Amino acid sequence: MMTLTDDQRMLHDSVAPFMAQEGAIKAQLRHWRDTGCKDGFGHGLWKQFAELGLTGILIPEAQGGAGLGQVEANLVLEEVGRNLTPSPFLTTAVAAVRALDGSAQAERWFPGIVAGDTVAALAIDEGRHHAPARIELAATRSGNGFSLSGIKQFVIHGASADVILIAARTAGSAGEEQGITLFAVERDAAGLSIDNLAMVDASKAARLTLDQVEVDADAVIGEVDGGWAPLSRALGAGRTGAAAELVGVAAGASAMTLDYLKQRQQFGRLIGEYQALQHRAAHLYGEIEIARAATLKAAQLLDAGDSHAPLMVSVAKSKAARVAALAVQEGVQMHGGIGMTDEHDIGLFMKREAVLGKLFGSATFHANEVALMANY
Amino acid sequence: MTDLDTFRTETRAWLEANCPPEMRQPMRGEKDACWGGRRVEFQSPAQKAWLDIMAARGWTVPDWPSDYGGGGLSAAEAKVLKEEMAALGCRPPLTSFGISMLGPALLKFGTEDQKKHYLGQIARGEIRWCQGYSEPGAGSDLAGLQTKAEDAGDHYVVNGQKVWTSYADEADWIFCLVRTSTQSKHGGISFLLFDMESPGVSTKPILLISGNSPFCETFFDDVKVPKDQIVGEVNKGWDVAKYLLGHEREMISGMGLGGERKALGTALAEKGGSIDDPLLRAEIAAFDVDAFAFAAMSERFIDQLKAGEAHPAFPSAMKYAGTELNKRRHELIMATGGSDALDWDSARSGGGKAPRDWLRTKANSIEGGTSEIQLGIVAKHILRLPGA
Repeated sequence: MMTLTDDQRMLHDSVAPFMAQEGAIKAQLRHWRDTGCKDGFGHGLWKQFAELGLTGILIPEAQGGAGLGQVEANLVLEEVGRNLTPSPFLTTAVAAVRALDGSAQAERWFPGIVAGDTVAALAIDEGRHHAPARIELAATRSGNGFSLSGIKQFVIHGASADVILIAARTAGSAGEEQGITLFAVERDAAGLSIDNLAMVDASKAARLTLDQVEVDADAVIGEVDGGWAPLSRALGAGRTGAAAELVGVAAGASAMTLDYLKQRQQFGRLIGEYQALQHRAAHLYGEIEIARAATLKAAQLLDAGDSHAPLMVSVAKSKAARVAALAVQEGVQMHGGIGMTDEHDIGLFMKREAVLGKLFGSATFHANEVALMANY
Repeated sequence: MTDLDTFRTETRAWLEANCPPEMRQPMRGEKDACWGGRRVEFQSPAQKAWLDIMAARGWTVPDWPSDYGGGGLSAAEAKVLKEEMAALGCRPPLTSFGISMLGPALLKFGTEDQKKHYLGQIARGEIRWCQGYSEPGAGSDLAGLQTKAEDAGDHYVVNGQKVWTSYADEADWIFCLVRTSTQSKHGGISFLLFDMESPGVSTKPILLISGNSPFCETFFDDVKVPKDQIVGEVNKGWDVAKYLLGHEREMISGMGLGGERKALGTALAEKGGSIDDPLLRAEIAAFDVDAFAFAAMSERFIDQLKAGEAHPAFPSAMKYAGTELNKRRHELIMATGGSDALDWDSARSGGGKAPRDWLRTKANSIEGGTSEIQLGIVAKHILRLPGA
């Protein structure tokens, strides 16, 4: 059933007001941006996430977490998106946890994540476009472990992370899924240099340069050459989660815009009385509902371990990115001049969409994935 | 196993044992659907057998109460039945406006006698219904309708004209909006049911751009209608009409799902080889993203509806999205077909199936209320925009 259970409704009803207050734009996004925070988010808020049981939402109960699923994580992420709340929730508590789940490295990092002390990052992209099968960063056998050399970019919270999950190539060649290995590398590893970059939305993403970074064999997550499996789990969760956050961004921008249509007067009428704007707002409303449904379906299929999950995950990420882009563009346009000012919040939604839209693959990347999975 | 799992297992076994193989072939179009009615002509003994055995179980209308010919299934069970029928490729045993439009309105507004009488006939496919809504002067402004029903003591006398009456020439009965008062526009409309064989009823098919005539003009000349054939109260037919329109829009939005459950790109590639044009492939991929997302929305909407969580105006959003999607689907089928898709009546082209289907879809965003009307309804009733 694609309706929420009572437990899911309760989770939503507790998270929504929390995010609207504690995670609000003024309290978090603008505060950290305007004070030049190197992390781009507040560790205090991350601690509060932990106190609410959110950081361990996907971690099994036996390991101190809530043992919930993607549907529940997405309920949180939609509120994160609606309030533009900066936090490591998506990359650490959703994507990285799914990569680590069931591996020996989970024992090491899950307690810190549950406690809200640990931040984890994912290092996948090497060029300006997402292409996970084309990983080239080399990991060669060295002593008891491996030596990693190469570059990574668009590593969200890379400079703030305690551990970075780095996808490297141990065999095969670029384009092959086989031969990728996922490593857990600590931030202070020798030979790892981190260039901390501010993104357009004031979040932080790093460029990594690895020059013979030595790691032990036990840094491997899952199997050597078999990193595609944990990487796929991380990407499935990360993409679906990003879709949910994008739905939240779209819903937040749209709500702000609808309010404006009901306040702003021109030619002696509320601008929301004009049919030209009404029809665009109504079209956007339907599109947001469709993106939300696609995202819910993807999350349910992931939680059920259904074989159609990858197709629906790509549908959700592609659709949510397109819809959120429409929502923020319509939002700024319908706000007119005030929408171009830094003082107004609507532009912040446009900037957030730009980053989330590309994270873990853009709308066109995922439309192509859908076509490939559908054999055309 | 939960009760629902047991129900699923039993349903699958029953369908496997009882659905004839011919009724598990994909439908090739509207003509493969069984519409029932007094003048029904079954395409095959299998089609009749399938209708009879499903009707006997109440599964032509699985979630209607069993007292009225339904299967009495819960929302969850009805969904399981639908999923299992789809998994086995079972065709719907019966397609009708009685099921998708009139039935829900009668369940809500009908008297006990009306429910007992009409719903069973609908469930068994005995009476085929048509819808008398639009008039030459009342299209988007439906409540401006002028067809009159005058009180003549124990009956009404109906005079006027309807248009775009789907399959009026093949229908047995009509559910019809008539004006019973000129005092108020919306508050002067009543909802009548009557037999199309009543003296004074005539129909004239309209030739459409597709070359087919699914729609008619329907004329009423002193048609006598017994008073117990009114649904709801006199002059309160607009409430019934709006409720029914919600169900009509829900039904039409189903066009967004297409007939097949696979991606459009898959279906096109299977038929005509690979899609070589990269720009066309990209458009089809973008379409498939939208189509799979819409299918999820459609599933969610039905679940919300059954759980009482759906906004009453939401069918308008669904109808708009589904019909625009279906038009896009046929634009892409035409584009992929190249000049083959222009062939109008050769046997090779299946009698011009591609262009005729394409042209038919252009009515999707007009019938049941235009896309612009749907957007207006969403703006007013869901978004609460001023002056809408």
